[in-house]
Amino acid sequence: MTTAVTPAETTVAVGAPPATTAAWRRLLRSPAGLIGTVLVALILIGAICAIAGLTPYDPVAQHPRDALQGPSGRYWLGTDQFGRDIFSRTLAGIGNSLRVSVVAVALSGVVGTLAGVCAGYFGNKVRGPVLAVTNVLFAFPPLLLALTLATTLTRNWATIALAIGIVYVPIFVRVTRGPVLSLRETDFIRAARVVGLPTRRILARHILPNISAIVTVQVTLSLSWAVLTEASLSFLGLGSPPPAPSLGSMVFDAKVFASTAWWTLAAPGVAIVIFVVGLNLLGDGLRDALDPRNGRNS
Amino acid sequence: MRRFARHSLTRRLVEAVLTLFGVAVLVFAMLRAIPGDQITATLGTESAALSPDQLASLRDYYGLDKPLPVQFFSWLGDIFTGNLGYSQRAGESVLAMTESALPITIELAILATIVGLVIGVPLAMLSASRPNGARDGVSQVIGLLALSIPNFLIAATLLTLISKYAHYNPNAGEFQHLFANPGVNLQQMMFPALVLGFGLAAPIMRTARTSLLEVSTADFMRTARGKGVAPMRLRVRHLLHNALNPIITMTGIQFGYLLGGAIVVEQIFSVPGIGQQVLVGMQQKDYAVVQSTVLVIATLFVLVNLLTDFLYRVVDPRVRAS
Repeated sequence: MTTAVTPAETTVAVGAPPATTAAWRRLLRSPAGLIGTVLVALILIGAICAIAGLTPYDPVAQHPRDALQGPSGRYWLGTDQFGRDIFSRTLAGIGNSLRVSVVAVALSGVVGTLAGVCAGYFGNKVRGPVLAVTNVLFAFPPLLLALTLATTLTRNWATIALAIGIVYVPIFVRVTRGPVLSLRETDFIRAARVVGLPTRRILARHILPNISAIVTVQVTLSLSWAVLTEASLSFLGLGSPPPAPSLGSMVFDAKVFASTAWWTLAAPGVAIVIFVVGLNLLGDGLRDALDPRNGRNS
Repeated sequence: MRRFARHSLTRRLVEAVLTLFGVAVLVFAMLRAIPGDQITATLGTESAALSPDQLASLRDYYGLDKPLPVQFFSWLGDIFTGNLGYSQRAGESVLAMTESALPITIELAILATIVGLVIGVPLAMLSASRPNGARDGVSQVIGLLALSIPNFLIAATLLTLISKYAHYNPNAGEFQHLFANPGVNLQQMMFPALVLGFGLAAPIMRTARTSLLEVSTADFMRTARGKGVAPMRLRVRHLLHNALNPIITMTGIQFGYLLGGAIVVEQIFSVPGIGQQVLVGMQQKDYAVVQSTVLVIATLFVLVNLLTDFLYRVVDPRVRAS
């Protein structure tokens, strides 16, 4: 933001992004932000291990003689009914879930934010169609829409991500449109228009940076919903096809065995909860840390 | 002012109808996106055994050889005459299936909403009575957990614990309808409603807390306290009543999530509701069922949102006036 015509930017109510280091400091100083960051970091390490192939066992390798063994030095979190190592499967499930959720949210974030910005900045011609599509997508319970999309597509992780991504597009439209609507009437945007900056530049250099805080928070919260949706889809048997490990299908399989082999349910269950609690806390922490009302000079 | 209110209501109605039309288009389009067509998708590998002639006559029978817009409007026309299609797997009309499944899901949703309100609102009142205190902290942690633990995980854990320690399986045995056998029905509905309601409690609690905190600092609250209104009356008549609007809105919005959650919970507890119907349709590739049932659920959701809007005006005269 070195453009000379934007002196008013620092006083915009919607909130220009504060200096990143200050935001980080505020985030890590709040208990919610700190715990959230730690939990998400833990999950990320697990996912990276799984994606790099650094699991103690092959997550799909069966050891029939060791079926349903409790946690031990050999199998840290025990084994499932096929003798597959649950620790390795949980890590791989986290990796799969993270991959699907990140792609899904990236999709809905980019499409939804662009649509929201356009609907807020341009007149009725753009706003009408965008809001109509948003309303229609909002008319479905999110899980139902994801399920319907997942049934009609050839199922693999990318199409699951696509299905979940479509579901969360309207949320990004809704959270970005309002702020853009009010930003459009601020003095510095008017000034930018008056001096004849091309629209594309106004949107990219003046509007987008000013809604980045809102989008960042929404991305974090949407990630937590995407993780839950992915897990629900695979629990219902309409997620990534087996034998690829997924946290939801692990819980489904464990339902039968859990009364005698609690670890089959506990491992994927705790992983999901850590994942989602972490993202929720991080989202709450980010919202406070990026809120311009919290004094950017502190 | 009244004219404006009526005008905005009409607008909401028109909007809802247009949205429903869009929903129908989207549902139709999604189910046409299936690789192959509905006949080959439904029959799976068996479809290879059909001769091209047989396939063509099946397509003709189901009207799949007609142009898409014709297919769409004939489907829509059928729906208005009460023909929701025919399930190939169940050998029953989708309308008959829906008539028996929908009331069960509505019962479940109402029970879950009651559970959600009974957990969420008192928790919020506790939380807001002394913000940032210990009680607030505990309530907020419960809220966060309710928000973060997926319903299928709660349900699976609950089932495991019950079968292990109480040696009882809540969903064994034939499902009993509410009016046929209320006692057994409520027993069967208890756990699904608890699981769904617990998830619902989180957003209700968060919204109620914010709203209560806002109202509690209002001038009329100080006045009421000053003139010696009894604490209980103060809390219910003055505080809760004025904080009710956001809570109603949130409960209405959450109804959609409830319908989504019902798919999961009905599956786990073998409740033969509408969620079960759509899920089984999806798993068995019974697309006539999926197409019409998804439309039914989305319609229900849109209607509930509309109803929430009306309720909002009834509870808060200020909305009517502005």
